[in-house]
Amino acid sequence: MKAIIYIVCTFLSIFFFWELAVRLANPPPYILPTPHSVLVAFKENSILIYEHSLVTIVEILIGLTIGIILGMITALTLEIFVTARLILRPLLIFSQSIPVFAIAPLLTLWLGYGILSKVVMAILIIYFPVTSAFHDGLSQTPKQYLDLAKTMRGTNRRNLLYLKIPHSIPSLCSGIKLASVYAPIGAVIGEWVGSSQGLGYLMILANGRVKTDLMFASLFTLGILSITLFGLISYLLQISLSKYLNA
Amino acid sequence: MMSSTSPSLELIGSVRSESEVLFEDLKLAVKANQWTCLLGSSGIGKSTILRLIAGLPTHVKLDGRIKSNDHLPISNRVSYMAQNDLLIPWATISDNVSLGNKLRGEKFSSEKKLKIIEKVGLVDHKKKYPFQLSGGQRQRAALARTLMENTPIVLLDEPFGSLDSNTREEMIDLTFESFKGKTVVFVTHDPHEAARLCESIYILGRQKTTSNNCLKPPFPKTYSDKLVFDLQYSLLEKIKSNHS
Repeated sequence: MKAIIYIVCTFLSIFFFWELAVRLANPPPYILPTPHSVLVAFKENSILIYEHSLVTIVEILIGLTIGIILGMITALTLEIFVTARLILRPLLIFSQSIPVFAIAPLLTLWLGYGILSKVVMAILIIYFPVTSAFHDGLSQTPKQYLDLAKTMRGTNRRNLLYLKIPHSIPSLCSGIKLASVYAPIGAVIGEWVGSSQGLGYLMILANGRVKTDLMFASLFTLGILSITLFGLISYLLQISLSKYLNA
Repeated sequence: MMSSTSPSLELIGSVRSESEVLFEDLKLAVKANQWTCLLGSSGIGKSTILRLIAGLPTHVKLDGRIKSNDHLPISNRVSYMAQNDLLIPWATISDNVSLGNKLRGEKFSSEKKLKIIEKVGLVDHKKKYPFQLSGGQRQRAALARTLMENTPIVLLDEPFGSLDSNTREEMIDLTFESFKGKTVVFVTHDPHEAARLCESIYILGRQKTTSNNCLKPPFPKTYSDKLVFDLQYSLLEKIKSNHS
């Protein structure tokens, strides 16, 4: 509760000084609008923002779901098959040296201006953190547990199911939380490069028409969306997996 | 689940790591149905010998053999209990006790499990998680898990090492009573425990490993037994001379 009061106070004071600075320096509104005019723009365009937000939310959620599933499958594959580890891991690390931003135009070219290219963008950006976090957890299962399992003549499959996967759940959760922060970035990059809907599209549009207040309104909406998503996912993970996370 | 008669074991050979010889010409005879102690100072490689018997990976190589008198494989009929309770933190005590059954994918009698949990005095705690238990209770849970395995050979690696003296007394009696009729290899650095519990004692040293005289049955001896103190003293002297 105390934390929330602090956060609210911090934001209120930022807005206060922002308003004050703009009123004193008086820059043209297309350079920096006041928080007040951003709020007005938000109200006036609320339906527009709502509609575009929905598109972005759908892209994020689909991208997040598929990205997390693919990441988990890859991590398990890396853990189960030594050959996969030898072949895939260098490839994965190499793929991370290419900035995702750089391939966004390619995705648009290949997959079109629709939702698909944004979903793929979100998947690409979260795939590695999820894979890496989950695989770290799996491969760091304490050796003594595995030794005990060996004296108990546990099968590989069951060791994975009852020891390695439960042990890696905290790492996987960190990966998923990271993914929930990255996924909106992926979707919005995709929208910037080429789209006809979504918050990223709205930002570019508002920017082009010098509607800086609308641009800020979209930006804040995206920020609130991302924070809500992160909070919601953290909460859901915590309540559903508490026995693994608090152990 | 497996043949209930406990075998005797024999380990003969030299144990070497890449850089050094741990034990030259080792000859250990572990008799059936009793406790055999491997006594020695910390770091000498006592646990490594247990790992060799259990068939676990080690950093050493055994130039020799480990065999049982019934000529059946050994590593698939041992259970292992260490100083660290090795309880799975995300599972309840009850689930920890039947971990082995779960890992093998075999059915087990929950009645039998409950009996074992009762025996170690954890009935009121069976739904709890390990972090909610004291060190002594956790070690009891580890004992219950080992009993649930019900293997003819039991390897104990300083299982009382981390307990306070009161808890330790209780645990020693409970453990000894629980493993009656099993072939037990007991690793410790404490000559007192060795004197009280074991019918054979080996003092491990870099240069030589010696078999030592033991007390006469019945076991376990009480902690105040005068004979235990005498033996404890002579064992301590030998550990010292073996180590230097």
